[in-house]
Amino acid sequence: MCRTVDLHQAVLAKNDTNAVELRRTLDDRGTTAVNLMSSPGSGKTALLEALLSRAAAGGTPAAAVTADLATENDATRLARSGAPVRQILTDGLCHLEAGMLRGELEGWLPEETRLLFVENVGNLVCPASYDLGETVRIALASVTEGEDKPVKYPAAFGLAHLVVITKTDLAEAVEFRREDFLRGVQQVNPGVPVIETSARTGEGVDALLAHVLRAADGRETHTPVLARQHEKHLHHHHDDDPVADHTHAPAGAADHSHAPAGVPDHSHAPAGVPDHSHAPAGTPR
Amino acid sequence: MHELSIAMAVVEQVDDALRERGAERVPVRSLTLRVGELSGVVPEALDFSFGVAAEGTVLADARLLIETVEGRARCGSCGRDTATGMPPDLWCGPCSRAMNLTGGRELEIARVVLDDVRPDDAGERHGDDDAPGVTGAQADAAADAPARDKEASHVPHR
Repeated sequence: MCRTVDLHQAVLAKNDTNAVELRRTLDDRGTTAVNLMSSPGSGKTALLEALLSRAAAGGTPAAAVTADLATENDATRLARSGAPVRQILTDGLCHLEAGMLRGELEGWLPEETRLLFVENVGNLVCPASYDLGETVRIALASVTEGEDKPVKYPAAFGLAHLVVITKTDLAEAVEFRREDFLRGVQQVNPGVPVIETSARTGEGVDALLAHVLRAADGRETHTPVLARQHEKHLHHHHDDDPVADHTHAPAGAADHSHAPAGVPDHSHAPAGVPDHSHAPAGTPR
Repeated sequence: MHELSIAMAVVEQVDDALRERGAERVPVRSLTLRVGELSGVVPEALDFSFGVAAEGTVLADARLLIETVEGRARCGSCGRDTATGMPPDLWCGPCSRAMNLTGGRELEIARVVLDDVRPDDAGERHGDDDAPGVTGAQADAAADAPARDKEASHVPHR
């Protein structure tokens, strides 16, 4: 004889709980975390150097945590900005988890920090699965990587609150097809804002910093389509399952709390599109 | 290769759940995961990682069953309900608006089937009674289920 035990637990429940607690802790002290995700060599560190310098120039206390499998090269580069910087060495792990970030920040993050930039491990696959307690998740791609990055890595780009194109100063040289890139972004993450930047010329850096600061003020509104279903999944409860209650992320999991719960209405419907009356009532899921 | 981290999280959670039920020494016969097509997890890699993560635990001999869940979305305007495909297309062209995702992001431990146990092994009732979440019929169904939906499409992993 054997028996079946229904668990219905989110596999990443522990990470999500850590992320929710970290987000709450940061919120309470007025710090907004920004999770930067991209493939290796896309220019995250150079852009971050520019962002930290601009933040300092504008009187915004910012700090950065940078994660790599090996070397402290990035932390050394970023520290030149004068901002507090920490390097997390993942010892081969391909992504950051919320618990690792929490541990790193404890007793280190200066109280006045307004923006905390988290440079994730260079990888567009694995980091996408882990909520780090950030308020803004940014997926970056450089013009040199090809236009199909968003559709090749739909989780990374689909879950982003903001997409950033880097190295635009090289766009012409590599014949970057901007419209193709934007179409791919729109396919996996409808309505996500896109900012084009060059750390070398400074293009877009101010706009990016301004966007992040608006989010820090609670004015960012984009909620990715992919994130909406994930939230629902994390929140659902099985009342008949006593185990699930101990392990499900608490209410608010994956709730990027500055985003409204509702579905943003990207009402770009051109004139002539029929109204909602064509929607069949009670369309089955 | 974050599937190894995910497999380790699965093993740890199942271990905790069984411990809470006083069944931490009962071997697990099978473990069923629900993996959404859009979850960013590759079933093959998870399968491989699970073998490593489960070594030396009650899950060591467990059969891993992966139920893949198709990505689906519905347009709030025209009501079109469709598979998202992979990569997902979440934009309703005719309506020029974002669709709503209704499935495909699942990453869930659905259930475990425990091996033969004596009634005093655990503070848990058995498959032939009506305890919540415990049914003999489900046990049989799970044991007979195909190990994987071969039709699942995957995120390229590199």
